[in-house]
Amino acid sequence: MPEISYRDAVTRGIAQEMTRDPDVVFLGEDVAKPGGCFKATVGLYEQFGGVRVRDTPISEQAILGAAMGAAMTGLKPIAEIMFSDFIAVCFDYIANEFPKARYMSNGQTKCPLVVRTANGAGSRFGAQHSQSVENWCMMIPGLKVVAPSSPVDVVGLMAAAVRDPDPVIFFEHKSLYNMKGEVPDGEILDTLGTAKILRQGKDCTIVALALMVGRALEAAERLRIDHNIDCEVIDVRSLVPLDTKTILASVAKTHRLFTVEENPRLCGWGAEIVSIVADEGFYDLDGPPVRITTPHIPLPAADIMEDVVLPTPQRIMDTIRRSLGG
Amino acid sequence: MATANDRKPVPAGSGLNDDIGEDKRLALYRSQVRLRDSEQRAFDLFLQNLVKGTSHLSLGQEAIAAGFAEAMVKGDLSFCTYRGHAHTLARGVPVEKVLGELMQKDNGLMRGKGGSMHLTSEEHGVMGSYAIIGAHLPIACGAAWRAQIRGDKDVSVCFFGDGTTNIGAFHEAVNFAAVWKLPVIFVCENNLYMEYTPIKDVIPIPQPAADRASAYGLERILIDGNDADIVYRTAQKAFAKARAGEGPSLIECLTYRHSGHSRADPAKYRPEGELEEWKKHDPVKLYRERLKQFGVKDDVIAEIDASVRKEVDDATEACKAAPNPPLDIISTDVYADGGWAWRN
Ligand SMILES: Cc1ncc(C[n+]2csc(CCOP(=O)(O)OP(=O)(O)O)c2C)c(N)n1
Ligand SMILES: [Mg+2]
Repeated sequence: MPEISYRDAVTRGIAQEMTRDPDVVFLGEDVAKPGGCFKATVGLYEQFGGVRVRDTPISEQAILGAAMGAAMTGLKPIAEIMFSDFIAVCFDYIANEFPKARYMSNGQTKCPLVVRTANGAGSRFGAQHSQSVENWCMMIPGLKVVAPSSPVDVVGLMAAAVRDPDPVIFFEHKSLYNMKGEVPDGEILDTLGTAKILRQGKDCTIVALALMVGRALEAAERLRIDHNIDCEVIDVRSLVPLDTKTILASVAKTHRLFTVEENPRLCGWGAEIVSIVADEGFYDLDGPPVRITTPHIPLPAADIMEDVVLPTPQRIMDTIRRSLGG
Repeated sequence: MATANDRKPVPAGSGLNDDIGEDKRLALYRSQVRLRDSEQRAFDLFLQNLVKGTSHLSLGQEAIAAGFAEAMVKGDLSFCTYRGHAHTLARGVPVEKVLGELMQKDNGLMRGKGGSMHLTSEEHGVMGSYAIIGAHLPIACGAAWRAQIRGDKDVSVCFFGDGTTNIGAFHEAVNFAAVWKLPVIFVCENNLYMEYTPIKDVIPIPQPAADRASAYGLERILIDGNDADIVYRTAQKAFAKARAGEGPSLIECLTYRHSGHSRADPAKYRPEGELEEWKKHDPVKLYRERLKQFGVKDDVIAEIDASVRKEVDDATEACKAAPNPPLDIISTDVYADGGWAWRN
């Protein structure tokens, strides 16, 4: 099977949908002629032209507002917010406008759009260009929230997000753009709201998202080799809708739950998952659910500091081993 | 022409120019009376504790809503603020639907799920009323962008207040629309106050919108917003420009609200005599006199007044009799599948 990068998978996913549906349009800062700040949209302008692929002023509110107005009146816009941290300057649209229009209008207003944005640490950009802010969006009724961890998921979930009739926030991970993975030729369409079991195991369940998925898999591999601990690893992929069935079924089998989150501690997505498992899977548990997160601090810029605060395979491994008493 | 600074009503006087024609003139009159009576009724119902939540009346500002709506054609889109009852009604939404929403009854436009600040009736081109200051200017740009891409001829019109010109989204949207030459019209209703603070205290220039137009390469347009003929003519020009692909307009309409900012506001901050001065330039009164100048007979005017009053009275009775919304719609239409499920 052909291998492509996570970066090229973004272009591939958008191009697949723009080819399929002439109503799909794409706008953002430096996304068209320059091909994107992360070069994740190179060639789309050339392929689809300047009417459908457009560079905007540095106006995040105008970008998201325009995407919404276009979505309400029949287009299927994809809007880029260059760094997910910048969601804070246009949060009104994410928190108040996209997700509430349908409800407040008693079902009259539609808002089928995708906001794609580069999330997460690893680039040593410091506290305002490296955050994981998926939990900012997860808390809002009316939104859908996706964060793929591999090239093939980028293509399939992008397609699902574009075709979804609801507003979807699509978190790409900056540190995964160079990651390569197998992506079959032809059209790919995935399903929102489905977690993926990436590794079967019987001793504990590790639930991870985006960059943390690879780290969880690495920890699981080493736990198996070094300590004979057999971990099941679940890639959540979609925070809303949330595939609680897959998670609960896994915990019913392994009896232990670990979440691996890049977001800072308080109100991270893992807290919601732990709460659901505590409510509905309590008697399946043989021990306390454990959250492995970035500590509740702004992210430091220096590489040696950033490396310490993000959950590492080593920290995941140590935490699980201690918890399981191995 | 008066400015926001000298706080004098704008003198009447568009002259006896019959470019508008009798049919349109009667429509402009009817619309203004309908808005006036509906808003007055909303206020009365509030005093009777029958209008719940908040409400923001357009009493005194009717000429702007009527003038623009009468210049629109089917398919044109209105984006309103929380002060949006008048704009919603002016597009032809039944009074009962609006009063029903204000009274939070099942016959309301959104069956009580939106409330007075979010009136929406897409079938009438009312694409929502927005309560976060400035949010809808970029949204109107997006609708206009769709028209541009598809070659649709509709125009998006976005109404907002003087205070809104100080928020970032205003500047982002006007710049964006100007750069992309979008078929959108930004209508600033300068009623001299942002909530309770006079606009002149919070801007470094006399006119909040008009004096900023040049920053975006747009024409400076400042009009008497209490004269429906002037509003209508200005609107027509802006529509023609937008439909011709020549881009956006930013229009500042001078006006004055007769009531407080919202239902709870007694408007004590107004200097003595200011309201009385502006009431001499009441848009409805002015327009009734205009009709008479054009020789419209008293009984024609009386007939319009009576039929409007009947619509408002009937709507009031229907709303009083309407049931409350059923509680099972609380969790509908969060997502497009009609429900609220965020998990399996
Ligand atoms: C972002 C935001 N800030 C503040 C408010 C509170 N608020 C509601 S209306 C209003 C005044 C707006 O003034 P203007 O734009 O002149 O409109 P008017 O009410 O006079 O029609 C304010 C400050 C709000 N709704 N949204
Ligand atoms: Mg005002």
